[in-house]
Amino acid sequence: MKSLNYGRRKAVDRTMRFICLLMALCIMVPLFSLMIYVTVRGLKRFDLDFFTHLPAPVGEPGGGMANAIVGTLTMILIASCVSLPISILGGVYLAEAGKTRFASLVRFTADVLSGVPSIVVGIFIYQVLVKPMHQFSALAGGLALAILMVPLVTRTTEELIKLVPRNMMEGSLALGAPRWKTTLFVVLQAARAGIATGVLLAIARIAGETAPLLFTSLNNQFWPSQINEPTASLTVQVFTFAISPFQDWQDQAWTGALVLLLLVVGVSLLSRLTLKGGRGLAN
Amino acid sequence: MPLNTDPRTPPVTPGGSRGQADLKPQQSGGLVQNKTPESRPSRIKKSWGDPVFKSVTLIFAGAILVLALAIAVELWVAAYPSIQGMGWHFFMTQKWDPVMNHFGGLSFIYGTVVSSLIAFLIATPFGIGISVFLTEMAPRALREPVSFLIEILAAIPSVVYGLWGIFVLAPLLSVHVYPYLIRWIGKPFFVGPSTGLSLLSAGIILAIMILPTIMSISREVFLAIPRSAREGALALGATRWETIVVAVISPSKPGLMGAIMLGLGRALGETMAVTMIIGNRPEVSLNLLGPSHSIASVIANEFAEATSDMHLAALSELGLVLMGITILINIAARVLVWSTSSKLRALEKA
Amino acid sequence: MLKLKPLFLSLSLLALPAASFALSMNGAGSTFIYPLASKWFSDYNKSTGVEINYQSIGSGAGIRQLLAGTIDFGASDAPMPDSLLAKSPVPILHLPATIGAVAVVYNLPGVPTGMKLTPDVLAGIFLGSITKWNDPAITALNPGMNLPATDISVAHRSDGSGTTNIFTDYLTKVSPDWASKVGKGTAVNWPVGLGGKGNEAVAGLVKQVEGAVGYVELAYAIKNNLTYVLIRNQAGNYPTPSLETTSAAAAGSLKTMPADFRTSITNMPGKDAYPICGFTWFLVYQKYTDAAKGKALVDFLNWAMDEGQKMGPDLYYPELPASLVKKIKASIATIQVGQ
Repeated sequence: MKSLNYGRRKAVDRTMRFICLLMALCIMVPLFSLMIYVTVRGLKRFDLDFFTHLPAPVGEPGGGMANAIVGTLTMILIASCVSLPISILGGVYLAEAGKTRFASLVRFTADVLSGVPSIVVGIFIYQVLVKPMHQFSALAGGLALAILMVPLVTRTTEELIKLVPRNMMEGSLALGAPRWKTTLFVVLQAARAGIATGVLLAIARIAGETAPLLFTSLNNQFWPSQINEPTASLTVQVFTFAISPFQDWQDQAWTGALVLLLLVVGVSLLSRLTLKGGRGLAN
Repeated sequence: MPLNTDPRTPPVTPGGSRGQADLKPQQSGGLVQNKTPESRPSRIKKSWGDPVFKSVTLIFAGAILVLALAIAVELWVAAYPSIQGMGWHFFMTQKWDPVMNHFGGLSFIYGTVVSSLIAFLIATPFGIGISVFLTEMAPRALREPVSFLIEILAAIPSVVYGLWGIFVLAPLLSVHVYPYLIRWIGKPFFVGPSTGLSLLSAGIILAIMILPTIMSISREVFLAIPRSAREGALALGATRWETIVVAVISPSKPGLMGAIMLGLGRALGETMAVTMIIGNRPEVSLNLLGPSHSIASVIANEFAEATSDMHLAALSELGLVLMGITILINIAARVLVWSTSSKLRALEKA
Repeated sequence: MLKLKPLFLSLSLLALPAASFALSMNGAGSTFIYPLASKWFSDYNKSTGVEINYQSIGSGAGIRQLLAGTIDFGASDAPMPDSLLAKSPVPILHLPATIGAVAVVYNLPGVPTGMKLTPDVLAGIFLGSITKWNDPAITALNPGMNLPATDISVAHRSDGSGTTNIFTDYLTKVSPDWASKVGKGTAVNWPVGLGGKGNEAVAGLVKQVEGAVGYVELAYAIKNNLTYVLIRNQAGNYPTPSLETTSAAAAGSLKTMPADFRTSITNMPGKDAYPICGFTWFLVYQKYTDAAKGKALVDFLNWAMDEGQKMGPDLYYPELPASLVKKIKASIATIQVGQ
């Protein structure tokens, strides 16, 4: 009887593992379809002009999205500078505080915040910052994007800190390090690859967002001279060109999408290379 | 002080074993030190940095709370004319008429919930299955490149998903997939003909979008489980799959739940991709192959042009409703996890 | 530590050019006028150095931003109603900038362009009361055409839009049925049909679905090679949607044009007048306290009425009739600058 049971268990084992393999293969289909589609349509206008020139009106050759590329990078930088300290340190607090009422409330709130549509976040910043200041700005755009990053990075940080083996923390404390140093330099370091994953997912997401920028940074066909002015962004520019009836503009829109993709992939690759290790003593 | 500060319950370690995890809670707040003639201090070195650090992290955690509250309040204030004017009818009427100033939100709520549900049902098994494949089955060298490739999916702008959906996915589905669904399953869920711009297509594209989130976080959670847990299960005679379920997936449930909630959150709030593929028809229908609408897409579509105060208020009310839906789903998920883990604890005691 | 490396790298990429000391202004609104506006502002910048940044966020959004004071001027495909004008502390002027035509396009393989429809039949199609292409009402108007028994699939805009506003304004004027059941606006409660976000999406829907019918700005119909409908105008003719027939509609409106230019020009008299047209207006303040900005804007507006109009036809925008331009310039002259 035991051998009969074992045969069935073995069959289940093989089947389930095969299904997992199948799933991994399945996801490659839309992935490659998307990558190929964006690349093929985007290569048409992938030239030096695109990276160095300002947008040109229809029918004029040599237009580009140089200001949009810089604008997107600027706003991602602003968003990261604002959201990363809040989310990572907030995540640390949640991991340390465990199941207290306040911590559970914050955790719950972070999850709810992740469901707010990106356009609502944009409208919120509009009401709170743009309207009183009578000014569209890169700052407002960056803040809207920061709000979108916070839930993702906070919760990822918390989950990954909780997974760091306790003996690391205890070892550090035993050696006489104060608690805060232990957390900052030992625990966070051990979890850093996982936290980086969370941060990268968040950056990838906000890099591709259009809706929250429509009412905060607006867009600009010229170079901005300060942070407090409407600023161009790749996503809004791509969207504006994509819905026009002109082929040249539509081609540029696809190139913009390709550049955006390469940007995020580049950042992801860079951080993977610089943050090798850091998964604790687990494996 | 130990990480789990509540001394009444035994420290439940959700992240898998942490080596010798059964430290008894100490009143002196630290490790037990042996008294030696050299009289070492019996407490952890106190540093002025500790309370400062603790308050800083507390403030930042609180900032998240304040932020969510601010958004909710702002939505409420903006939505007030509509809440007052439409009352409970808002949730029961399908009709959305900006000209007559009559707004009913039912069709958007339906579309949002159903498309996100479809995305959840597809992306969760796929996301967890793929991360199992990557952490437990695939050769080590394959793990990073494949994860990286899948994370590219997260880097694609939502506008591009929308365009790909219109030009590639929708025609593909309407020609090669939907006719079979219509023939084999039919009413009431699959009624043709379909242009491909439908609730089901929106659900599928959302699934592709949230899959990287679920997969990446699950992968990190699985990787953090020490080798010894898996080895222990295998040593007891479990098959590879049983090991995966018992030693890897089971203890990771809170982490997995976090991953799923984040993915679901994105699905509920996704705007651009959905609006391009869902058909934008405000009506409630069981037909998954027919056009529908969602809260995020109607706000994106109509907010720019809406000039009447009631129209704006109704859109804000929809935003508030979405926050409400997210809250309900989060509560439901937490209750689910709590009830399954308390059953486990009851079993352990028995 | 953590993520500083990629951040520093992007920082170094931000070698922002030295602050430009050129005068800059912001405007936003109508999506319809965007291609023409971007040409105007780019050329104007080349000749004067003034940077006028215009973004297409939608007519309604443009109006709201103007009222909130976050932009210097707006552009809208629909005139501001009195209730909104009253909200502005400074009076707002409507200045017609260009004209747009809305073409009704369809997808019937084998059926050539130029199907004739009367206003009530058109309304019936979009109301959902006429459901097949070989309906007697349609075949009676087109004896030479071989119309199949295909179902009619209506495509409309899902987003608020000036194009919708012009189209529904026309249908409200010509069909009492439409007026009572649906009405006019930038977003309406469509009795039937699929919604697409933007002109491009509606054009795409029509191209994809056999038997589809939809409405788009003229440029999209031309650029996408779509077959279009000929609609009977007030004079009983069936003008082809084109730049000339659109200008004829604007000319037909001159007799009844109010002093503030806020009027609809659908279903205008005139034998060549295309019935579904509308102005796009620049919305400007009556007074600009910033003297430099105000003067630059006034100079630009005058330039747009002269040089600017000539650039229109290449981009499928008809020129404004000369007599109208005279009146508009008189209105521009009333803008007070620097007080």
